[in-house]
Amino acid sequence: MKGKKRWYDYLWIASLAYLLLGFCNILFAWLGLLCFFLPLLIAIAGGSKAYCNRYCGRGQLFSLLGGRFGLSRKRDIPRWMKSKGFRYGFLLFFFAMFFQMLWNTYLVFAGVQDLRQVVTLLWTFRLPWHWAYHGTLVHPGVAQFAFGFYSVMLTSTVLGLVTMVLFKPRSWCVYCPMGTMTQLICKARCGSTKGL
Amino acid sequence: MGTTSRRLRKARVDQGSCVACGCCVKVCPREAIQIVKGIAARVDLDKCVGCGRCAKECPATVITMEEAAV
Repeated sequence: MKGKKRWYDYLWIASLAYLLLGFCNILFAWLGLLCFFLPLLIAIAGGSKAYCNRYCGRGQLFSLLGGRFGLSRKRDIPRWMKSKGFRYGFLLFFFAMFFQMLWNTYLVFAGVQDLRQVVTLLWTFRLPWHWAYHGTLVHPGVAQFAFGFYSVMLTSTVLGLVTMVLFKPRSWCVYCPMGTMTQLICKARCGSTKGL
Repeated sequence: MGTTSRRLRKARVDQGSCVACGCCVKVCPREAIQIVKGIAARVDLDKCVGCGRCAKECPATVITMEEAAV
């Protein structure tokens, strides 16, 4: 609990803005790639989880909502949810869903499939999202990726919010695929898989 | 009669289960915790005053407060 707030303590605003912008124009979803590449770059080049520790706006948002706004029961997360099996399994599942999304994007680029103006929540529920697509100059495949990526971001936010309410504010951090992946990278960099 | 040893609580991290999210670092009033090489949190026992804020905050509940002889 260090006194002075720094610029990166306000990145939760960017996370919130991202969700709102995607509601207005789906192409803003592309900005979410920053949340993928920055943690990876920091882990690969710097060998740290500084992204999680300092810059993750989503984590800050959960801290704020669950902590200051009291929207969390602040209970312990179930043991299975913090097990390595679940964390790595969820990472693999997320990867699979991510590649499926890339495949759908490819199909639209290849002209095999039409653009679907939907956001898929929890990999199941197709929410109409046509108001956020204004028929831009870009290729429909570009928009398809945006719809797919926004689906990933919204799904993970919803999961994070549910576990924030049920357990501790930042319970998402325990099974966040990016966090798990960057920790694995850091472990690999140290040549150790057993911690410190 | 006998020794009067004072016992103080100190934070202990189960490093094998730590997800290195850094939540504990943010709430520590003494800057006694750091995430080492992106792998796990480590507590500087000299700085830790045993307030327990980190244990309360840890989303994975891998920090426990344990008595340490002083």
